[in-house]
Amino acid sequence: MTVKVVERPKRDFATRIYLVEIWRGLGVTFRHFFVNMWRHVLRLPGASVTIQYPEDAAVLGKRARTRHRLLKRDDGAPRCTACLLCETICPAKCIRITAENAPTTIVEKRAKTFDIDLGMCIFCGYCVEACPVDAIHMDANEVEISAYSRKDMIWNMQELLGDKKKGHAQLPPA
Amino acid sequence: MIWVVVKVAAAILGFGLNIAGFLGWVERKQSAVMQDRIGANRADIFGFTFLGLFHPIADAIKMLTKEDFQAKGVHKPLHGLAPMISLGCGMFCLAALPYGGTITAFGRAWSLQPVESSMGVPLVLAALAFGVHGIVMAGFASGSNYGLLGALRGASQMVAYEVCLASSLAGALFLYGTLDLQQAVLWQAAHVWGIVVQPAAFILFLTAGAAITKRTPFDLPEGESEIVGYHVEYSGMKFGMFLMTDFFESIVVCGLITALFLGGWAIPGLDLPSMGLLGGALMLASFTVKVMLLLFLLMQIRWTLPRFRFDQLLDLGWKNLLPLSLVNFLVTVWGVYLWR
Repeated sequence: MTVKVVERPKRDFATRIYLVEIWRGLGVTFRHFFVNMWRHVLRLPGASVTIQYPEDAAVLGKRARTRHRLLKRDDGAPRCTACLLCETICPAKCIRITAENAPTTIVEKRAKTFDIDLGMCIFCGYCVEACPVDAIHMDANEVEISAYSRKDMIWNMQELLGDKKKGHAQLPPA
Repeated sequence: MIWVVVKVAAAILGFGLNIAGFLGWVERKQSAVMQDRIGANRADIFGFTFLGLFHPIADAIKMLTKEDFQAKGVHKPLHGLAPMISLGCGMFCLAALPYGGTITAFGRAWSLQPVESSMGVPLVLAALAFGVHGIVMAGFASGSNYGLLGALRGASQMVAYEVCLASSLAGALFLYGTLDLQQAVLWQAAHVWGIVVQPAAFILFLTAGAAITKRTPFDLPEGESEIVGYHVEYSGMKFGMFLMTDFFESIVVCGLITALFLGGWAIPGLDLPSMGLLGGALMLASFTVKVMLLLFLLMQIRWTLPRFRFDQLLDLGWKNLLPLSLVNFLVTVWGVYLWR
């Protein structure tokens, strides 16, 4: 390993009295200001990069890590074998799984309940990494998961599998 | 007497508070447009957002109705007194600015300067400097080390730049031969604007003035984004008062620059004092427009430059601005002596 010496840029007099550089900086910001203002006044495109979120849909990246989703096997049964690796690795302790015997001998164990408390989840993605049977993904492409109570933040297995729609958040009676 | 009260009320309520509220909007929108954003545009009355102009009103309602929380270690009387002192000093300065000259209407002379004093400049500078008491008091009464450290930074910064603020004016005041803001404006109306004869003083005063208002790049006493400042233990309208103090001080500094370097209410080529009511209206308009343009420039500087480090800040004040302003004064004195 070699040491790379980075030469500091020489600061000449014009730099050291700040004024010239400040004026150049102001030139950049003033240019942005007046060009954007002109576009705003003339209703031209490109005046801002703001997305008016609730009205316009949020743009998520292709690999965005969003709400969890439980996957199914080809025969339609949940892939989860209730090995509890995700529950064990979860640093926020937001996953609760109860296991039961599976009716078939292909897999011997399956999840009876699988709850994720999204109010506690820190979206680290460890559960996805830990899963040996690729049963859980974080690619539901859904970020609007807020609710009016802590209880409503808990998603059960049917909801995570997509078999049941999570009820829309309701205001509790006043 | 009633006329003076009306003038002071108009200066503080009409000029100061309106521009301070307006600045809250300008600050958001200007930074937004500059950074390719849109800025605050959600507050509406009956569906009309009006370019987000209702946001300062929403802010005021929020601050007035918010809980005034006081932590356990707070010294209550001083905690309440501190924002009042800060804001009061800003208000007093506003009342001493020359918004206009003397006009003749309805058979008598009306002066448009709320508080007329032959010691206007030192009076305003003293009141501006007195604002540091509010800051130190706020930090001291908070019972919080973060607040106290912020207050210490604020005190050393304001004291350092107060010296530069006054000494950079020395040359200009020597030329005008007066400490009266109104007389300084009249001198400029009769000769040339101060920025022409004292360009160095203008830049020095603008820098020191930006520092005295505690706004970026000199916002080390507050530094809300990382180094919390003297108002860390304040909430609700008391915090709002500190916020407004900053805006008031910006307005005062811009008013001082306008009065001392940009010809005050004067418009070149027009003899405003002899034009009666129209002249008075033009005086007020001219003064306001100049102040607004300066505020626009200060706001742009605030959104362009990053914050100074504290040693850089004090170096700039004590080692650069102060000697330069003294040199400027000496050059002015020798120039006048040799020219005569």
